[in-house]
Amino acid sequence: MIEIVSEQRCIRCDICERVCPAFVFDRDDEGLPVIARQDDCQTCYLCEIYCPTDALFVAERADGPTGITLAEVEARGLFGTYARALGWSRGRAGGTEADPTHRLRVAQV
Amino acid sequence: MAVRSASTGSDRLQADVLVIGGGPAGAWAAFSAAQAGAKVVLADKGYFGTSGATAPSNTGTWCVPPGEGRAHVVERRWQRTGGLAEPRWMTRCVDRAYESLLRLVEWGYPFPTDDTGQLYIANLRGPDYMRFMRRQVQKAGVVILDHHPVLELLSDGEAVTGAAGIVRATGADWTIDAGAVVLATGGVAFFERILGGTGLTGDGYLMAVEAGASLSGMEFTGKYSLAPMNSSLNKGLPFRWASFFGPDGRPLLDRDGHPLQNGIGAAEKDVARALIRGPVLARLDLADEALQDWLLKGQPNCFLPYQRAGIDPFRDLFEVTLKAEGTVRGSGGIRLATDDCGVGVPGLYAAGDAATRELMAGASSGGGAINASWAIASGWWSGHGAAQHARRRCAAAAFRHQSKPLGRAGLRPSAAARPVDQAAVVEAVRSEVIPLDRNYFRNGPHLDAALARLDGVWDEVSGHLVGEGRDRLRAREVAAVTASARWSVAAAAARGESRGMHRRTDRPETDPASARRLIVDGLDVVAVRPEAEAVIAGERAS
Ligand SMILES: Cc1cc2nc3c(=O)[nH]c(=O)nc-3n(C[C@H](O)[C@H](O)[C@H](O)COP(=O)(O)OP(=O)(O)OC[C@H]3O[C@@H](n4cnc5c(N)ncnc54)[C@H](O)[C@@H]3O)c2cc1C
Ligand code: SF4
Ligand code: SF4
Repeated sequence: MIEIVSEQRCIRCDICERVCPAFVFDRDDEGLPVIARQDDCQTCYLCEIYCPTDALFVAERADGPTGITLAEVEARGLFGTYARALGWSRGRAGGTEADPTHRLRVAQV
Repeated sequence: MAVRSASTGSDRLQADVLVIGGGPAGAWAAFSAAQAGAKVVLADKGYFGTSGATAPSNTGTWCVPPGEGRAHVVERRWQRTGGLAEPRWMTRCVDRAYESLLRLVEWGYPFPTDDTGQLYIANLRGPDYMRFMRRQVQKAGVVILDHHPVLELLSDGEAVTGAAGIVRATGADWTIDAGAVVLATGGVAFFERILGGTGLTGDGYLMAVEAGASLSGMEFTGKYSLAPMNSSLNKGLPFRWASFFGPDGRPLLDRDGHPLQNGIGAAEKDVARALIRGPVLARLDLADEALQDWLLKGQPNCFLPYQRAGIDPFRDLFEVTLKAEGTVRGSGGIRLATDDCGVGVPGLYAAGDAATRELMAGASSGGGAINASWAIASGWWSGHGAAQHARRRCAAAAFRHQSKPLGRAGLRPSAAARPVDQAAVVEAVRSEVIPLDRNYFRNGPHLDAALARLDGVWDEVSGHLVGEGRDRLRAREVAAVTASARWSVAAAAARGESRGMHRRTDRPETDPASARRLIVDGLDVVAVRPEAEAVIAGERAS
């Protein structure tokens, strides 16, 4: 589930609020996203890759929060890891031209 | 980014074609209707680009180039459908999907290149594909309404004439008068926490049946996918290279004493049996280094749960589960009456997972290839069909005053409204359609008892449940999930044999006389009947 919004990294662009398919975020008076409906989160990790500053972290448990802290996410270098693995950057799509999934589909049979 | 909302200015809109749902089926439907000259509005419950089952995934398509080999490929795939699919529909689907995949090439979609230097167009990476489709649909002039869930259809008594919904942020009402409506609302995931699952609550099924349509193939909801325990990652592919172990770390063995391997093959059933007995561990130890690299690069989201939990899945044992997938990877949905995906109710069309995939996949799962191509092809046809229907009817404004809303359960209860414990309803419904020993392995007495209980839940929901403000969405979703579960169990109880993903322990054999599709009808009284052999969907095309 979505667990962490880094206040420091966030530039208050409101993209995550708009693109989250489960409508999980609200914004506070300063425009900072607030995780308002965490239990609705479908753990799709898509807000992470749409965020232009890698300010969001979705933990691996889909059925409840893990309680991971901002400090741990920073220390383990976990912000932005999904975006980098895909080849997305600063909220922009990229990397699908290098997707090797076709090799898996051949090897699978 | 996009048109945020047209509803802030006016809460009554007009369109020639309204597309409900912004997954691939809705995207292609909207594009095709716009191309046919219609003024199109697409409304999504979430955000068109991230919501639905494709956006967070990486979908292989059923991509069969034209030529002599095609008939053979279709024939071979048909052999796996339990005799319930239609070669004619399969052929026209691969044909149409292939055309559209080439269209993506034309538009500049960044497909990868294979070793021979050819573009590999048989795979679409979800986040990229859906973001790309949003742009194409926008360019085609379609008005996009994000976070505008539709709650019900409108009808003038003869035809479907629009829909009504709410703005998710405020709970405000909005209405669209439309010449035709395409249901592209996806399948039902029974509130299982799977990729794309939150929004997939069977809303389209409920709306279609309220409008007088039927469903088909609803018994085929026995598809499950392996996933790391407690995760959302219901993607079976990495488990192709898995070995399975008991909680003590000892290898699980099949009946012949061989270690259980390849979780997407024959071993799946044994893994399901083991999971009914207790915890099951896995390790992706059949993947050599090259495969590990392709897996990590090609399926990066599959590895997020391991990375974040500090597990090396190629070396460490980790706990797994089988996640229920309802009709998302099952094959049931709204029955189609015409070649352009009309549902038999004038002005109403269905595409993608909202429509039955039985014509394509029969008793087998359409996941892994067929569903993606079906979403493209059925989206295309339904968009065209809807545009043509809209043209035949007069301007939307003319019938607006006669339009009546059709929504019942969750919106307009049949008896006195009173508080209904929605969490208890969800729990009761899920306990019938999620557990492996109820829905992966089924049996007659269990199904009959489940149906009786679900009838009771339905009476409570349809009789009394009603939401307020923005909570109307949840009430309606609870109603749609309850209805879908009941339809599924009713169809499963009526199919007195095993076929494909419908596994009955009391009737393990496949009965040749039962090679017929089952049609499900009705809200308060559910009826299941075999499709008359002569009535094959598509042959009654108007
Ligand atoms: C993990 C995973 C992997 C998969 N892999 C493959 C694969 O490799 N190959 C393959 O062929 N298939 C695959 N599938 C299946 C494939 O993703 C689906 O068949 C496909 O997404 C169906 O497209 P759709 O547009 O019909 O529905 P979806 O993509 O599910 O979209 C439905 C849309 O309708 C919207 N909606 C729902 N209710 C309402 C409402 N009331 N009002 C407004 N909008 C509404 C939702 O928000 C959503 O955007 C996979 C599925 C999953 C879950
Ligand atoms: S998308 Fe990222 S930067 Fe923008 S508001 Fe959300 S967290 Fe902040
Ligand atoms: S993981 Fe998906 S559902 Fe959860 S907050 Fe992010 S975008 Fe929304």
